[in-house]
Amino acid sequence: MSNLSVSLTESEGSKAEILKRRALETVSFGVIKRLLRNGKGAVGTVILLLLVAMGIWGAQLAPYNPNELNLDNLLASPSPQHWFGTDELGRDILSRVIFGASISLQAGVLAVVLGAIVGVLTGLPAGYLGGWRDAVIMRIWDTILALPSIFLAIGIVTILGPGRINAVIAVAVISMPAFARLVRGVTLSIVEQDFVEAARAIGCSDWRIMLRTIFPNCLTFLVVQMAIAAPTAILVEASLSYLGLGSQPPEASWGNMLSAAQGYLYRAPTYGIFPGLAIVLVVFGVNFFADGLQDALDPRRIHAAAKMK
Amino acid sequence: MQRYLVHRLLQLIPSLFVASLFIFLIIQLSPGDPAAMMLGYDATQEELKAERVRLGLDQPLPIRYVIWLSDIARLNLGNSIPARRPVITMIAQAFPNTLRLALAAMSIAVILGFCMGALSALLKDSLLDSLITSLNSLGLAIPSFWLGILMILLFSVNLKWLPPSGVGEEGAGFLHNLKYLVMPVTTIAVHQTAVLARFVRSALIDVMSADYIRTARAKGLREASVVVRHALKNALIPIVTILGIQFARLVGGAVVTESVFAYAGIGRLVVVAILNRDYPVVQATLVLVVLMVLLINLAVDLLYGYLDPRIRFERSRR
Repeated sequence: MSNLSVSLTESEGSKAEILKRRALETVSFGVIKRLLRNGKGAVGTVILLLLVAMGIWGAQLAPYNPNELNLDNLLASPSPQHWFGTDELGRDILSRVIFGASISLQAGVLAVVLGAIVGVLTGLPAGYLGGWRDAVIMRIWDTILALPSIFLAIGIVTILGPGRINAVIAVAVISMPAFARLVRGVTLSIVEQDFVEAARAIGCSDWRIMLRTIFPNCLTFLVVQMAIAAPTAILVEASLSYLGLGSQPPEASWGNMLSAAQGYLYRAPTYGIFPGLAIVLVVFGVNFFADGLQDALDPRRIHAAAKMK
Repeated sequence: MQRYLVHRLLQLIPSLFVASLFIFLIIQLSPGDPAAMMLGYDATQEELKAERVRLGLDQPLPIRYVIWLSDIARLNLGNSIPARRPVITMIAQAFPNTLRLALAAMSIAVILGFCMGALSALLKDSLLDSLITSLNSLGLAIPSFWLGILMILLFSVNLKWLPPSGVGEEGAGFLHNLKYLVMPVTTIAVHQTAVLARFVRSALIDVMSADYIRTARAKGLREASVVVRHALKNALIPIVTILGIQFARLVGGAVVTESVFAYAGIGRLVVVAILNRDYPVVQATLVLVVLMVLLINLAVDLLYGYLDPRIRFERSRR
């Protein structure tokens, strides 16, 4: 009798170990190789790395100080000294675009990570504990999901006031329902498994089970969802800044640069082209990265694609 | 069907309740003192106190919520603070503009998106499919305000064909006012077409790989028949759902597009109101938009129930 129960626990334990190992494979070398071999994934990764580089080392990469005024040279066209030209206060547009990358990075990374954290912390109990907690939590997220995202972001910024950090918070809130639903779904699919029940049998507390047993299995899906949510996050932050509700001048965000550029369309038509181009490139790149990541992480898609060819 | 209808209508009430609570709290938690905003900053303390009593701000929060709800129900939406006009007039003027924009953009997006999506699904993995998919990705990645600016650059600044902003004059004739619609509608339609085309493509691909399609072909039906009578009809269900969601979002105000073109619709009304801290307008517009979103979602659900018999009879099976 005791032998049987030991071997049962061992097989369930190893099942848990396999799942945990698979989750940790998310960042393994094999995945990265597959990601880079995929054409779209490679392009996307390069663009993403470029964005991160500009975000972190913007000060070193930019040719000028982005806030340095040069009142003799307003609204200049692109030239060898100023590759993108200058804006209405004589500041170099290229430098401002480079510095703007850090703000978009904050939206794409910080906001999405924040959204993921809250999504996990609400999705886990919703799926695991179920009952009225599940109903209440998902009802709230469903209501938020039903509202148009820009409108929701505007609503949040109304309470908190305009500003870069508040825009990041608003963007985070927009991404939370998707994460919560995802985590809840994964939780529901494994909560009946024996290793979960085994953990409960040894007396683990609910949160310990949720965080140490169930959560690692969500990691793969979480990473993919973060990559999927990032482009929207970047776009929404840019939109908020454009409307004057996000980063405020003189901060150089791509959105508020475009808003300023619109006032000078007749005098400096090239002003508005570059910040917008930056947004398109980054959104495209992160989308490719997300697609490549999905293909690299999901063995079925790879085999299916190979079979079809 | 009736049970489903009643069930869905009943579900609307808690959603409305939660949404209205959310909006009420947004306004109450926003910074700024409404009394000071009404009277100006040189008002005395007594005047401010009297104004607060008049506005009902001295009551506890739950009572203020109930009063607010009853005001909304009676369509008493207050006055705009800077403009000193009734909010309901402002909304009544702005809403038809937004509706016109949304309907025009949606019609174009539906036709174009459906055709592109269907073509790329039926000719899957061909050159045309790759081309259309790439165009879709581009359409999704371009921020609408940048597209709008580029269009203004081309059509207003360079070619001088179209006006860069505004909504047209009253009574100036249909064709004249149409010029104001062209660029905003195109800007919105680009994004919506991309969303719809991508969705139609994936919905059709899913349907086409189903068993009953294989049966229809095995029966000897012509390919066109198979596509139209079986595939498209069944793909319609998820497509209608996404259409509804997208339309609700549009009515929510193509906020950004309206701002780019200074188009006098609901979206622009809200943004200007927030920047001016004009809370009665913000509040009323939020209520309107949330109401429209919930109603459109309800309509989509009902349509969904009508199209897919499984949804209708799901309850009775239990």
